[in-house]
Amino acid sequence: MMELGRPNLEEFASTLVDLAQENRDLIVVTGDSRGSGKLWPFAKAYPDQIVEIGIAEQNLVGISAGLASTGKRVFAVSPASFLTTRALEQIKNDVAYSDNPVKLVGISAGVSYGALGSTHHSLHDFAALRAINNLDIVAPADNFETREAIKASVSHPRPIYLRFGKKPLHHLHTPDTQFQIGEALTIKAGDDITFVAIGEPVGRALMAAQILEEEGISCRVISMHSLRPFDHATLLDAAHHSRAMVTIEEHSIFGGLGEASAAILLQHGIRLPFKIIGIPDEYTVTGSQFEIFDHYGINATALANTARQLLQAEPVK
Amino acid sequence: MPKMTENELKRKSIEYRKTILKIIHHCGAGHTGGSLSCIDILNVLYNAVMNVSPANFEQPDRDRYIQSKGHSVEALYTVLADKGFYPQEALYTLNTYQSHFIGHPTRKVPGIEQNTGALGHGLSIAVGMALASKMDGRSYRVFTLLGDGELTEGSSWEASMTAAHYQLDNLVVIVDRNKLQITGPTEDVIALEPLASKFEAFGFAVRACNGNDIDDLLQTLKAVPFVTGKPNLVIANTIKGKGVSFIENQVNWHHHVPTDDELAQALRELDQVQQTLEVVR
Repeated sequence: MMELGRPNLEEFASTLVDLAQENRDLIVVTGDSRGSGKLWPFAKAYPDQIVEIGIAEQNLVGISAGLASTGKRVFAVSPASFLTTRALEQIKNDVAYSDNPVKLVGISAGVSYGALGSTHHSLHDFAALRAINNLDIVAPADNFETREAIKASVSHPRPIYLRFGKKPLHHLHTPDTQFQIGEALTIKAGDDITFVAIGEPVGRALMAAQILEEEGISCRVISMHSLRPFDHATLLDAAHHSRAMVTIEEHSIFGGLGEASAAILLQHGIRLPFKIIGIPDEYTVTGSQFEIFDHYGINATALANTARQLLQAEPVK
Repeated sequence: MPKMTENELKRKSIEYRKTILKIIHHCGAGHTGGSLSCIDILNVLYNAVMNVSPANFEQPDRDRYIQSKGHSVEALYTVLADKGFYPQEALYTLNTYQSHFIGHPTRKVPGIEQNTGALGHGLSIAVGMALASKMDGRSYRVFTLLGDGELTEGSSWEASMTAAHYQLDNLVVIVDRNKLQITGPTEDVIALEPLASKFEAFGFAVRACNGNDIDDLLQTLKAVPFVTGKPNLVIANTIKGKGVSFIENQVNWHHHVPTDDELAQALRELDQVQQTLEVVR
């Protein structure tokens, strides 16, 4: 059984504390979210490196762009839903178009807020941000990926969006794993079915793979933590060596990992049984994050079922 | 920077107006009214107030200028050409295929700090820059020009609160108060007045001036910071289309392009004013 880590949010906040000492230009900008962002320890240790904006996401992103234009390494932290919807125009123009390398950090992403409802869910952010030029997108799947993504983002030359939730997550990687933005991590090799997942559902895909392996079905599990730059080679290699593919994301089935993967495969002339698992075109059922996952088939049992059905389906002609 | 006399600045304003009209006429598109209303402000900023030039543009201590009302870009392009950021001929590529000189400011044009054009963005960016100046103990100031019509964008007021909270007296916000927007008078569209007291309530030190009067602009902009610890707000009362009789205060000249005849008449009017300035030289 996989060992449980801590919430990515805590990993993020403690990584920033570690980095701030040697990077005095590292600035955290928050919108009344130092509590929800677990940033109190940072604020106490580095009071000169945190800027409070109040609840004003547009202003938060615009100011972050202005700070970054002077050479500051700016982490703009706000719940993913508000950051990427309320401030979408500031992200598009002030960060991406003006090429100010702000690190946009969407916390409590996806359906992390559970029963607080759709106002607080971010199921649109991949789709919205993928259509904006000059903005990298990373959603880490465990503590290791989170720490490495934050570290890499400090000196990342382009604007970047980092997105994660707040529940403790299982450790997915071995100690010798190397992380790079834009390079997918293959957690498990296999050649019957490939699970390509992003963010918190990666752990669920790995659990589904464990179930299927016991039945003799060989599974490949990929953490596609970067939606941009997208690791085409790893996806294509998996498609060439699998009989079927399932993509999984804590996001709308529209415009995210699944559609990105499908577009790449189709344009490379690859057709294989393929299923996009995510949140369908509806306002989510009421429930906790994990209840919502279960409801929409983002758990080990349901993902194993999806895989079996795909493998039993007629081969694509 | 070599000191320019007030008369020289006035003659520059006439030259700039002529250039703005010529490039908009040549390229067949542009924001005529707003560029003519704000050109005196840009003239005074770039030629008498701000410490910025092609020589120091990469230096961290240069003063910064953010044009939040990005659509009046022809005024900015004209002044930057005169400052030597690029040759005058480049102006005549405005809006043409593959030109960097598009209808709103972008950093691909030398001398431009940030890409603007969507309204309500410039003040937040300027606040971020001014805050960085304070954090680093630097001396540079940040100037931003806002249109009056864009003040209905709520983000401007979010940024205003922040500017006052962080006591950014190195931030100078200039409102090009020409009282017209694309639909009609600002007070008919959504009333802004009382504007000075609104900004005062948000924590600014506010001064009004005639934004088309070189002497008044010099006196006002050289007086910043007006109050230590407060961001500066200048209500520059201007006339949209200023300098050409048939363009002044005409809503339809927001982005009307002068015809051949209109250009000729406008240039004649401006030449006449220029001659009077030559006399007192």
